[in-house]
Amino acid sequence: MKHSHFWLAAAASVIIVFAASHFVSNDYFFFAGYVVLQYIVLAEAWNILGGYTGYINFGTSGFFAIGAYSSVVLHKLWGPPIPVLIVVGGVLAGAVGLAMGGLTLRLRGVFFAIGTLALAIVVQTFITNWDFVGGSRGVYIIRPPSAPLLGTYIHYLFLVMLALAGMSVAIARTIERSTLGYGFAAIRDDEQAAEAAGVPTLKLKLISTTLSGALMGMAGAPLPYYVTYLDPASGFNLSYAVNAIAMPLIGGTTNWIGPLIGAILLGTIQQAATVTISSSLNLLLVGVVLVFFVVVAPHGLIGLYRPRRKERIAQAERKVA
Amino acid sequence: MSDALLTVAGLGKRFGGFIALDGIDLEVRAGERVGLIGPNGSGKSTLVNCLSGILQNEDGSVRFDGTALDGLPAHRRTHLGLARSFQLPKPFGSLSVAENLRIPLLYTVDGRNGVRLTESDIAQRCEALLGMVALDGKARARPKDLTQIEMRKLELARAVAAAPKLLIADEAMAGLSHSEVDDIIALLLKLNEAGIAVILIEHIMRAVMSFSERLVVLVAGRKIADGLPQEVVNNPEVVRAYLGE
Repeated sequence: MKHSHFWLAAAASVIIVFAASHFVSNDYFFFAGYVVLQYIVLAEAWNILGGYTGYINFGTSGFFAIGAYSSVVLHKLWGPPIPVLIVVGGVLAGAVGLAMGGLTLRLRGVFFAIGTLALAIVVQTFITNWDFVGGSRGVYIIRPPSAPLLGTYIHYLFLVMLALAGMSVAIARTIERSTLGYGFAAIRDDEQAAEAAGVPTLKLKLISTTLSGALMGMAGAPLPYYVTYLDPASGFNLSYAVNAIAMPLIGGTTNWIGPLIGAILLGTIQQAATVTISSSLNLLLVGVVLVFFVVVAPHGLIGLYRPRRKERIAQAERKVA
Repeated sequence: MSDALLTVAGLGKRFGGFIALDGIDLEVRAGERVGLIGPNGSGKSTLVNCLSGILQNEDGSVRFDGTALDGLPAHRRTHLGLARSFQLPKPFGSLSVAENLRIPLLYTVDGRNGVRLTESDIAQRCEALLGMVALDGKARARPKDLTQIEMRKLELARAVAAAPKLLIADEAMAGLSHSEVDDIIALLLKLNEAGIAVILIEHIMRAVMSFSERLVVLVAGRKIADGLPQEVVNNPEVVRAYLGE
């Protein structure tokens, strides 16, 4: 499928899902759906750097919180509409991603991962000590009771996150099938060989950190309006970083569909567990599911499908021969 | 030599207190076949890494096709036409054999001299490269499913996909059988006939002697001989370096 056709299909899916959601009368569906969609954006964003390029990022919560707190600042200063907050959050988090890339991309493996974790801690410390955004006390954001044409505000937030999820999936898929995606794959597989094959690895790694960081910031930008009270403990919650890694690993990291499947699967299980058992069970659930997949399907769910597909192709080629 | 494609002058490289390369001078003409030999630890791979940009030399200079390479990253050197294969093959494991060849085509050949490649150009070039190394039946295979000789051929094909003027083949025949070595020699000769200069780093003397027009010998980071293969292997200093006193 051509890129333009995929983008149209993604836009159509967004419209269909949102239209179908009007048949749901319980508002909890929108609250839970928002979280699952937010994880789709985070998982696709993480996967651009971690899955496509092979650089493990433990600092998702830092980028996510940059988006969230940039919205807090703008809300207090001016109160622009959410699409503007998303753009600003994306630009800021993307800029931090670029800076982080410049500082840390000469590191590899676990050293890079620790660098990203350190970045998240630095940002959290800064926010915790910044009174304007509430510091460690946190800040209340009063969201409007309703949105024009859409009814309750949570419907609007759901639509915003649904559009962001559709966009992030389309971006991830476009990258994967592009020259950029081949360059990322080459870096992931062997950086020296990639350089020798003409791939400008440093430039591509900076593009990857910027794109990944920007999408994470965009996912975080509507958060203050969703939670209405934001403090560093929730904005920088460990669950964002853990889920952003676990979801692509469960689905499969080398393509766009893996993080999508992982986020829908794990996000939905977590939401179901939250209402039926306990919200504090979520991280334990992630751990159990992750261990299960590491043992049973180390290449994710997509990895289980691929050998069968390969066998079918081989059988077809044998028949032709 | 005034028509040198590659000119290395006084090249030096140290790792801490260890001198890996000490004042190496070397010239390679366009279309020439040069063999580079030396005992283990003599600095052959370090020299290749310095030429290809994986390592940066501390002393001396490298010029390629009229451009100073000092300080340039490896991908820029590949763009200029200096390609290499690795001693231990480094395929892109998550990509198919054909996709491995797409990478240099997309990043090096596409856009060179303002000429853009279409999808069908890329497919045709991949097909031609796979045909050249007799891997046309393996286009969709993953590198892990290839045999040792096929892996070596993929490594060379990926370097050649960058349309180089100079190919540095770093021990492309290591671990291969007699007939497989002949296959690789034939392939390198074919590439040379197409106008590509080749520096062959190799321990298999039969291959080096049958392939090279000129032979360069490194010992302990220094060049001790450079000349016609028969003269070089009879050089007493070379004999002493290889066989001892």
